[in-house]
Amino acid sequence: MPKRDDIRSVLVIGSGPIVIGQACEFDYSGTQACRVLRDEGFRVILVNSNPATIMTDPEFADATYVEPITPEYVEKIIAKERPDALLPTLGGQTALNTAVALHESGALERYEVELIGADFDAIQAGENRELFKGIVAKVAREHGLNAESASSVVCHTMDECLAAATELGYPVVVRPSFTMGGVGSGFAYDETDLLRIAGAGLDASPTTEVLLEESIIGWKEYELEVMRDKHDNVVIVCSIENIDPMGVHTGDSVTVAPALTLTDREYQNMRDVAIAVIREVGVDTGGCNIQFAVNPATGRMIVIEMNPRVSRSSALASKATGFPIAKIAAKLAIGYTLDEIPNDITKETPASFEPTLDYIVVKVPRFAFEKFKGADQTLTTHMKSVGEAMAIGRSFPEALQKALRSLEKKDSSFSWTGSPRPKAELLDESRVPHDGRLRTMQQAIRAGATAEELFEATNIDPWFLDQLFLLDEEARAVGEATELTAEVLERAKRHGFSDAQLGEIRGIDEARVRDLRHALGLRPVYNTVDTCAAEFAAKTPYLYSAYDEESEVPYGEREKVIILGSGPNRIGQGIEFDYACVHASFELSRAGFETVMVNCNPETVSTDYDTSDRLYFEPLTLEDVLEVVHAEQQTGPVAGVIVQLGGQTPLGLAQSLKDAGVPVVGTSPESIHLAEERGAFGRVLAEAQLPAPKHGTATTVAEALAVAEEIGYPVLVRPSYVLGGAGMAIVYDDATLSTYMAAQEGGHPVLVDKFLDEAIEIDVDALFDGEELYLGGVMEHIEEAGIHSGDSACALPPITLGSNDIKRIRAATEGIARGVGVRGLLNVQYAMSAGVLYVLEANPRASRTVPFVSKATAVPLAKAAARVMLGSSIASLREEGMLPATGDGGTLPLEASIAVKEAVLPFNRFRGVDIVLGPEMRSTGEVMGIDESFGVAYAKSQAAAYGELPTKGRAFVSVANRDKRAMIFPVRALADLGFEILATEGTAEVLRRNGVHAKIVRKQSEGPGPGGEPTSVQYILDGEVDLIVNTPFGSPGQSGPRLDGYDIRTAAVLRGIPCITTVAGLAAAAAGIQAIVRGDVGVRSLQEHARALRAAGA
Amino acid sequence: MTSALLVLEDGRVFHGTPYGAEGETFGEMVFNTGMTGYQETLTDPSYHRQIVAMTAPHIGNTGVNDEDPESGRVWVAGYVVREPSRVVSNWRANRSLDDYLKEQGVVGIAMPGTRALTRHLRERGAMRAGIFTAPAEPVEDLVERVRQAPRMEGADLSAEVATTEPYVVPAIGEKRFTVAAVDLGIKGMTPHRMAERGCEVHVLPAGATFEQIMAVEPDGVFLSNGPGDPATVDVTPLRRVLEARVPFFGICFGNQIFGRALGLSTYKLRYGHRGVNQPVQDVRTGKVEISAHNHGFAVEAPLGEPFDTPYGRAEVSHVNLNDRCVEGLRLLDGRAFSVQYHPEAAAGPHDAAYLFDEFCEVMSRAQA
Repeated sequence: MPKRDDIRSVLVIGSGPIVIGQACEFDYSGTQACRVLRDEGFRVILVNSNPATIMTDPEFADATYVEPITPEYVEKIIAKERPDALLPTLGGQTALNTAVALHESGALERYEVELIGADFDAIQAGENRELFKGIVAKVAREHGLNAESASSVVCHTMDECLAAATELGYPVVVRPSFTMGGVGSGFAYDETDLLRIAGAGLDASPTTEVLLEESIIGWKEYELEVMRDKHDNVVIVCSIENIDPMGVHTGDSVTVAPALTLTDREYQNMRDVAIAVIREVGVDTGGCNIQFAVNPATGRMIVIEMNPRVSRSSALASKATGFPIAKIAAKLAIGYTLDEIPNDITKETPASFEPTLDYIVVKVPRFAFEKFKGADQTLTTHMKSVGEAMAIGRSFPEALQKALRSLEKKDSSFSWTGSPRPKAELLDESRVPHDGRLRTMQQAIRAGATAEELFEATNIDPWFLDQLFLLDEEARAVGEATELTAEVLERAKRHGFSDAQLGEIRGIDEARVRDLRHALGLRPVYNTVDTCAAEFAAKTPYLYSAYDEESEVPYGEREKVIILGSGPNRIGQGIEFDYACVHASFELSRAGFETVMVNCNPETVSTDYDTSDRLYFEPLTLEDVLEVVHAEQQTGPVAGVIVQLGGQTPLGLAQSLKDAGVPVVGTSPESIHLAEERGAFGRVLAEAQLPAPKHGTATTVAEALAVAEEIGYPVLVRPSYVLGGAGMAIVYDDATLSTYMAAQEGGHPVLVDKFLDEAIEIDVDALFDGEELYLGGVMEHIEEAGIHSGDSACALPPITLGSNDIKRIRAATEGIARGVGVRGLLNVQYAMSAGVLYVLEANPRASRTVPFVSKATAVPLAKAAARVMLGSSIASLREEGMLPATGDGGTLPLEASIAVKEAVLPFNRFRGVDIVLGPEMRSTGEVMGIDESFGVAYAKSQAAAYGELPTKGRAFVSVANRDKRAMIFPVRALADLGFEILATEGTAEVLRRNGVHAKIVRKQSEGPGPGGEPTSVQYILDGEVDLIVNTPFGSPGQSGPRLDGYDIRTAAVLRGIPCITTVAGLAAAAAGIQAIVRGDVGVRSLQEHARALRAAGA
Repeated sequence: MTSALLVLEDGRVFHGTPYGAEGETFGEMVFNTGMTGYQETLTDPSYHRQIVAMTAPHIGNTGVNDEDPESGRVWVAGYVVREPSRVVSNWRANRSLDDYLKEQGVVGIAMPGTRALTRHLRERGAMRAGIFTAPAEPVEDLVERVRQAPRMEGADLSAEVATTEPYVVPAIGEKRFTVAAVDLGIKGMTPHRMAERGCEVHVLPAGATFEQIMAVEPDGVFLSNGPGDPATVDVTPLRRVLEARVPFFGICFGNQIFGRALGLSTYKLRYGHRGVNQPVQDVRTGKVEISAHNHGFAVEAPLGEPFDTPYGRAEVSHVNLNDRCVEGLRLLDGRAFSVQYHPEAAAGPHDAAYLFDEFCEVMSRAQA
């Protein structure tokens, strides 16, 4: 049956900014869907507020809307574009919820838009827990299957919750309906827990509904990925087993594919139930996942939940098996059946089959607790990880060890050096799920723990525990061997030990292990991910390393370029870098190179085997990269390796790769060093006559105080050995500086910089070919200096800089590019203070803002950069039309639209963490708002990031003394718009004196008034406030005002009320609210923006 | 650690360590791509005289239990795995796979090169092989001994695996039908699936004559799966069943015999289908079922159009979507049909279980 011809245009909804629980896997799935739909001749309309996605590249859709994914904005898009159908199943929970809202408001009916992929009833049945339980019961009854649900009660009020918990018995699981990534869910062990967790859950659920459930903590946990077509053909794409048993969110669990501890009978029962459930739910076409818990002692199986859409697990399953779930789901949605779609990998067999694996896949989560001081680090049903790495090996130990080293985090791999801590302590720690629990357990084994003790502590299946014991035995065999013979080494490598680990165990250098290994001719082979365990020949080269028998790397004639990706998502290194890598791959392939991608992040577009000519799913360590390079050099000419697009991860390998004789293209490792090493960079700046803030280095308290005295407070301090703003602080006085220094690890130097208070911070992305500088874009931060550029909102073109300023910025950037010797991309951060342009730092690589700049200026910067790295000049790229014939991102016409980037912060995941922005980056993602006016663009960015700005109601204002003058004007604007202003005493006085009526509210530290007058925090918690303005003051560790602010901001997060923490942000918000109230907010596609820009002569 | 060798008749040798019983064994080298169900595979009589390599790397994790075997013993001639489990983890298990193989005297090898072996067989076809857990002779001599082992072509093996005495599997619940099932290597799940549907199954030895079959007064006749070359089987009893218009259903080897009874020929596939993920399309409905397979031979028949047979018009009812191989045959009047794969699905998915319902419907119509 061919595709449907009754629909011609399809609206695809993306998933918006990267947040915990919804990351770039939806860019991967959405990109696949858009490609399929366009290839099939449909007009594709896309909405996604996240500019760092590949799917929002203008060539992936006919009309690309970088607009907020809210029912209001999407309805505007529908009204304008009039699509025939809406595909809501590929953009995560965000897309699904938006589709539900549009259905319920009648918008879909009004504009005659058909939901495809899953209809409204199916979405309800899958997402509504009561309906779903009924379905499971029906399936068990009518099909005679062994399936049940956990006993549970649906509650809509706290009283219902309390009654239900008494009936079920503690502990109970609390699950809010219609939230993603398990927001608001948790275990309540007693009534106090229940009040807290269920209270937040009722709030978090858009339907004020939570489910209380019997506890199945400690049971085995499984997931099946299912596809169904309109002929009711159903296949199971992949089974996934969680090593961490029930109780840890699957996104935070170490997982393995395929399931390894089920017999066929148990597995087939699970399969039968999954199929019966998907039929009963009525998911017509497409993918969904379904989760199970199995009691390890009795085999009793419980169906936990299903998602009637593509999920994070589907991305993992696609990468794990080579079965492209999202792509196939899109084809099924437009009418194809599974047997009509060819298997991409074999090309000869159809997609209506179930992949079989002859390898093991392990996924490990990556956390960022170091960024969120005060956050509870226990892993629960509430997802906390910010990224993940996946590895493939021919055995579980090989895959597990590769996955752990893919995390690129200190202490993520197993270790056999030093003495382990006491067994009892390690066993105790193992009881509580935490980041790195497997390593804690490995150490416990070293300390003498038995399998029984570990099982008792963790409930992890004995089979997995035995694999840890096996690794311990293998490590000891390596340690005890008289020498590293070929046999010893080969055995160890088969068990996934890295050269670095072996060196550690033997007390020798990693490089020596490698030399020895190479001298013995011991190298990994590369096997193909072929969906069929080698039963058929694979046509698509998707490879992984293993110490196995035969290498399957095909020989190629074309010159190859190897692109190193950015590894697991983490704060500061996310989808933006994947975007740059993917662009480079597309462009270099077009330019005639054979492109080879190396990466280990299963969520990304770069690890789609369709993106590059060849994909290696490998850790990004020196050893693993060198082996890939070697394998590629054996099978054809290699032009070079690109390290500057994947962020800090590949950049950190540049010098070692060069030392090993690998050609690194683009900016040379020596030049990278010039920009990264402080002294060398200082000389570059001196030569170019560019000022930097005064600075010094200190290792002791006394030294630091001396530096501070010389350069003057405030100072910005940070340890010299960390990147990405970790451990940074702004310090205003001697006492705080002494405390900070005392807390540093001994011996490590601390960098002390003059902090430019109230400077305007400016970010620049530029391209340099050795001759010409192309200024990609100049971004002006909305918040003043001191807030990490990744967390700061910014505007492009800059809203308060004149053409003279930009001229200076251009000259300075060119000076740095020349001085450093950049070939490709360069990012520079400046601070403009009292008319002086200071250079804060320069990074000779793709930056986080490259995709934003590319979308805002309609110029593919990363593609151009890749070409420059391989030798093209900017002049020739201008001739080709890849870059504009004249001008650049610094010469945008005055009519150009203004794009605002806003950061999205994960504070709702980490209750108890202060939400004040600072020099350490904590955002997980970003959105873009774009419009002709700054106010509207800013309002859109807020709507996309946090929800619509309120246009009426109460605003609560409490600002630091230094901000009191600056806040008057914007607060008056709010009052003029009709807001009732509440303020703490000091703030209210200033406002009243300036003619703004403000009601005084008690501070939290003052407590409730004699007549029971509530405090500011109480007002917020009671839902009486619609907008909060609170700028922090003082320094950490103080009580009083500082703590007041903390309580206010925490309350804001709890209630989900917009909270502005800078005056600059307040001014922008006031402008945005004014624009919304005036009602002149429209939607415009990127293609229209680009046409307008060209018409204006840019 | 002692070493073991897997030696192929074309001279390729794989190194590993002994697994299961020690000694040496010979057979046809085949690979199975199922990720679950090793216990069912080992006890499937169709694997008689075959050395089976598992493409899934970790085998034995869930140990061995008393509920899952498909027959009373392990039938594979030898077993090749990559990563044998060192522990048993399942609430139903009562011993380890290693112990079970030792107890059953099955010689095996654990070796890293199972993927290389699969690729080799895929390219060169199934061939004879030997496992030697303590090889004393030079490799060339071992290759020579492998070459002297009997080939699968022309092998008549049903009698070696089938029951020698008839027995009855009673219907579960109310008895609706009597089925005469000829055991050519039948799996335990097959009569069970029929019994679940109210069939009293009379399992007869492989050489059962038409008279012996009719003696149980069957509502339907069933021919099971089994090892060996279908060309060696006498199709006379089945032809007489068809002439008598008794409803017939066949599985696997039974499908091949049905094909030969209809006048079609059978041939050996290059490396066969062995696994639980094969897409088979029912040409009448267009629906695809994911099915369990274990066959090295197949029927040659025209796809897409009915053809004449001595028993009326017939058609290819099921086709494998991977290689367009014939997976099912039926007489257009519906009274006799067969499939090349395993609807009883042990191990494997249950998508094809409807075929047992169809058999019951055919018998039901015939009774009416």
